[in-house]
Formats: sequence, C-alpha cells, structure tokens
Amino acid sequence: MRKITYKEALREALREEMRRDTTVFLLGEDIGKYWGGAFKVTEGLAEEFGDERVRDTPISENAIVGTAVGAAITGMRPVAEIMFGDLTALAMDQIANQAAKIRYMFGGQISCPLVIRTPFGAGVNIASHHSQSLEAWFMHVPGLHVAVPSTPYDAKGLLKSAIRGNNPVFFCEHKLLYPIQGEVPEEEYTIPFGVADVKKEGTDVTIVATLYMVHKALKAAEILEAEGISVEVVDPRTLTPLDKQAIIKSVKKTGRIVIVSEDCKTAGVSAEIAAVVAEEALDYLDAPIIRVAEPDTPIPFSPPLEQYVIPDEKAIIKAVKEVV
Amino acid sequence: MLNLPKNKLTQMLRKILEIRLFEEKVFELYAQNLVPGTIHLYAGEEAVAVGVCSNLRKDDYITSTHRGHGHCIAKGADLKRTMAEILGKKTGYCKGKGGSMHIADFSIGMLGATAVVGAGIPIAVGAGLSIKLRRTDQVVVCFFGEGASNQGTFHEGINMASIWKLPVIFVCENNLYAMGTRQSIVMNIENIADRAIAYGISGVVVDGNDVLAVYEVAEKAVERARKGEGPVLIECKTYRHKGHSRVDPARYRPKEEVAEWLAKDPIKRFKEKLIHTKVLSEAEIQHIEKEVSVEIEEAVKFAIESPFPMPEEALEDVYA
Ligand SMILES: Cc1ncc(C[n+]2csc(CCOP(=O)(O)OP(=O)(O)O)c2C)c(N)n1
Repeated sequence: MRKITYKEALREALREEMRRDTTVFLLGEDIGKYWGGAFKVTEGLAEEFGDERVRDTPISENAIVGTAVGAAITGMRPVAEIMFGDLTALAMDQIANQAAKIRYMFGGQISCPLVIRTPFGAGVNIASHHSQSLEAWFMHVPGLHVAVPSTPYDAKGLLKSAIRGNNPVFFCEHKLLYPIQGEVPEEEYTIPFGVADVKKEGTDVTIVATLYMVHKALKAAEILEAEGISVEVVDPRTLTPLDKQAIIKSVKKTGRIVIVSEDCKTAGVSAEIAAVVAEEALDYLDAPIIRVAEPDTPIPFSPPLEQYVIPDEKAIIKAVKEVV
Repeated sequence: MLNLPKNKLTQMLRKILEIRLFEEKVFELYAQNLVPGTIHLYAGEEAVAVGVCSNLRKDDYITSTHRGHGHCIAKGADLKRTMAEILGKKTGYCKGKGGSMHIADFSIGMLGATAVVGAGIPIAVGAGLSIKLRRTDQVVVCFFGEGASNQGTFHEGINMASIWKLPVIFVCENNLYAMGTRQSIVMNIENIADRAIAYGISGVVVDGNDVLAVYEVAEKAVERARKGEGPVLIECKTYRHKGHSRVDPARYRPKEEVAEWLAKDPIKRFKEKLIHTKVLSEAEIQHIEKEVSVEIEEAVKFAIESPFPMPEEALEDVYA
C-alpha cells in the first residue's frame, strides 16, 4: 500500500470532504495561499478551493471558533484551525460554553457540526506556550467529541468522520506526528468515533497510549518483546467517546495495564482511563495500574529539561517491568 | 410618520405591548415563586427590539443576550412556548434546558440567547459568513449591551465582519449600566458607536426609546447589508425600567435620572404619536391592549399547566 505522511493524510481528508460537500470550508490564521498553515496542513487547498473556502482570519481565536459556531448552526460545516493547541485557551468560551452546549441548552433544536483542529505536544524546544498537551480539558466538556489520531491512516479516517458528523469535534494533532509516514489506502474510508485500535497484539501487559506516545509505546514493546515480555498496545483513537470495552477486553486478556499519555499527570487523560479500569475491570487486574505521564510542570525550553519531562521509552519499559 | 402603512404601525404597537405585558407578567410570576432562577427584564427597552426586528424577514437571523425576552418576541417567537421555557417546562422552546437566559427558536431565525456577555457577537458574525458563503440575501442582527462592547469578542467580531463585508447589523443597547457599573466608570467615551471608526465601518447613534427612529436607522442598515455593503454599528440610547436582574433594587441610579427616563417611556411616546397623527384612536389602542392581555393570559395558563420535564430528560440532547 502507498505510504503518505500524517500531514498529507489530513490534507487529503480536507480536500476530499471539500470536494464532496460545498458546505465544508476552512478558517484559521495563515491557512491560506500565503502560508498554508503553520504546519502546512492546508498547503495547496486555497489554490484549489479559493480564499473564500480556505479563509485566512485575523489573530482572534475566540472569534475564529465563534464564527465557526455561527456558521455551523446556519447550515455550514466549518473546520477551524487553531495554530497551536495552547491557544485554544483564548477560545475556551466559544469551545466549552457555546459550541459544546448550544445543542443541549436549546433543547436539541439544532446541531453544531464543526471541527476544531489543533496541534498539541512537546519535543521541539519552543517552551510552555507552544508545547502543552491539553486534551483532558476538552474531555471534561460534555457535548464535545475529542479525537486523538496517532497514524496517517487514523488521521484521515477520523477527520473525515469528524467533518461528516453532526457534533462539535475537538481534533487533536501532534507536532511530531506531521512528518510520520504510514499506509493509507487510495480508496475512500472513514473511521467511526469510539472505536479503539489494537496497534499491536500481546499477552502479558496492556499499554494504552495516545497520539505520539503510541509510537513510543510501540518502540518500548519491541524492546520488551526481545526480553520475552509480550505487550499489547491499545490506541483509543477518540477520548470522547472512549472505547471502554476495548480497554477492558485487553485488560481481561493480559491482567496488567500501563497508561501512557503526554499530558501532565494530575487529572489528565491517564487519570480518566485508570478510573475506568478501576471501576469496571478491577477484578481482572493482577497488578496495580501504572500511569506514565508528564510531571505537573509547564513544559521547559532547554533540551535536557524538556526531554526530562516528556515520557520516553525508558519510562514506559520501567513501568511495564513494575507490573509484570 | 416615515410613510409606514397603518397596519405596519399597528403591528409594531402590538409587538411593543406584547413585550411590555409579557415582562410584567413574568415579574408577577417570579413574585409567586413560579420562575426558577433569575430574570433580566427588558421593560423600557422595547423600542429597540421592535424597531429593529420590524425590518426583518422570517428567514433573517438574530442573536440575543441574557436580556432576551424582548428580542425573541420581536422576532416572532410564540408567547406560550417562551413563557413555558421561562417556567422550566417541557413545552418550552428548549424543553426546560435553557430558561430565561437561553431561549432560541431556529424556525424563525432566532439563533439563541447566550448568558456569556459578548459571546453572541462572533456567533452572529459566523451566521453572516454562512449567508455570504451560501449566497442568500439574509441578514443577521446581533443584539448586545454597552457592557459587552468591552469584551474582546466585540472587537474581534466587528473586525471580522468588516474585513469580510458580512451582512451583520450590530445593535448596541446602551442602557447606561452593566449591572451596577455606570458606563463612565469603565469607558472614556460617551458613544459606543464611535468604536466603529476603528474597524472601518459606520457607527450611528439613535434615540433607543423612539421606535420609529430606531426603525428608520435599522431599515437603512438592513438594506445596505442585504445589498452586500457590509456591517453597521447602531447604538440605541435607552434605559431599563427595573434593576439589572430580579433581585436588584438599582439603588445606584439617581432618582432624577430614573424619573427623567421613565418620562421618556417608549410605549407612552409611541402611543401619543399614533394618536396625535391620527393613525390610531385611543379606543383602538385600548382594544389592541386588551387583545394582547388575553394572549398573555393564555400563554401563562399554557405555561403553568404544562408539565415539567421528566428528570431523565436531563440526559438527552447532549450529542446529535
Ligand atoms: C463574560 C461575562 N462576564 C460577566 C457576566 C455577569 N454579567 C451578566 S450581565 C452583566 C452586565 C452586562 O451588561 P451589558 O452588556 O451592558 O447588558 P445589560 O445587562 O445592560 O443589558 C454581567 C457583568 C457574564 N454573564 N458574562
């Protein structure tokens, strides 16, 4: 099968959906023909669809999302890009109080079919205003769906579902994933929300990981395998809805779980998954649940400091060895 | 009088009375403990909603605020379902999930009231963008208070509407106070309309207690917007008769100021004008008033007799 990058997969999803449905349009800062998006995801789309449908906006995050909300409730399917995930803080009212609640508070009269795409993640030495992983903020808001694709295949299939669905979707990308290559079929496909993917089968321990951490977990699994420990890697792919059954099923098989997420530990993604396992699958566990996450610090700038806080293969391997 | 036909003027009078009598009723029901939460009454500001919305078609949009009863009614919302929502009933527009501060009726283009001050502004801009992308000739009216004009959303939203020439009419209802904060304490300008200059659009100040003056200014703005000539900021100088919300006795307002504005009551002025110019007789006006009262009584009866939602309905409508 052909291989393309995560970035190209996202772009293909946008292009195909824009061709398929004229109500789909993009808006965001510098996404148009002069720049093509800070991470070049939208490069070339303005040339094909024009600057009306690939719309450069002022640096006004709250208004970008608010405008998307207004367009979504009046018949359009906007895909808004927020240049860096950290900056969603500026749009938090429109995301959490408006987009997520507009259907509920108005008694189901309308739906709000919009997608907010944004990159999270550390690893490129740009410090705390451009490196956080804030997925958990959005998991905590009923009314939103939260997607966390880790591969080009997942990125394309989930983005297409996000655009076609009728709910507001918070679509998390990761800066380090954009150049990663993976198999993506030429033919049309979509991936439903709420269906996890077992990225690698195994029998001794389950690792649940998301976004870039899936790749680190797979590397750790390879090393552990050589030492005779069989690891299963489960990637939830969407955090809301969360495929609890897939996680529980894997725990039933292995009896052990390590949860790996790049966000900080307290009240993070891993906390929620750990709680689900504790509530619904405690009896199947042969060892305590272990979480591998960032310490509760902002992301530092200097390379040795930054590398210290981001979970790595070594930390994952250590955690696995604690439970087996 | 603007050369408006008698039936149009009669309709405007009816709407203005509907809002006032509706508000008086809500106030009464609140006192009887039938209204959960709080209410923000629009009494005194009716000329703004009616003057503006009388220029709109059913398929035009509006966005509204925490003080939204008047906007809903002026846009044509059903009084029964509006009242039922305020009482938290199942038959309300939002099945009891929104209440007084969050009423919407998408079937008449009423895109909803938001209780986050200023949040409706970019949403209105988005509706304007959608109109432009869909190539229809609808327009959007965005209502907000002078307090909201200090929010980033006001500046971000108007700037966007201006650069993209969107059909959005920004209507600032300047009632001089944001809760208890007088405008002069938080702004060094007297006219919010002056802020339009910063975004390259025109700003107009109008007497917000004169329904015909508001009508005239809004008519021009709607015409311009429909032709694709972009947004306008209209500032309506007005005054709320009561406190900010139901619990507020509004002691921060000087007595003379209140008296001065009560004397400028928009309904009294409109009635006098209609009688003076012989459009309607006093008897005709009384007749309309009676009809509206009956309509309101029916709305109250409907709302009171409607059931509350079942508790489990709280779990519905989270996702589409
Ligand atoms: C963002 C935000 N901050 C504060 C509040 C609390 N609050 C509700 S209404 C209001 C005053 C609004 O004043 P204005 O915009 O002038 O509207 P008015 O009440 O005068 O109609 C405030 C501060 C809120 N709801 N939202």
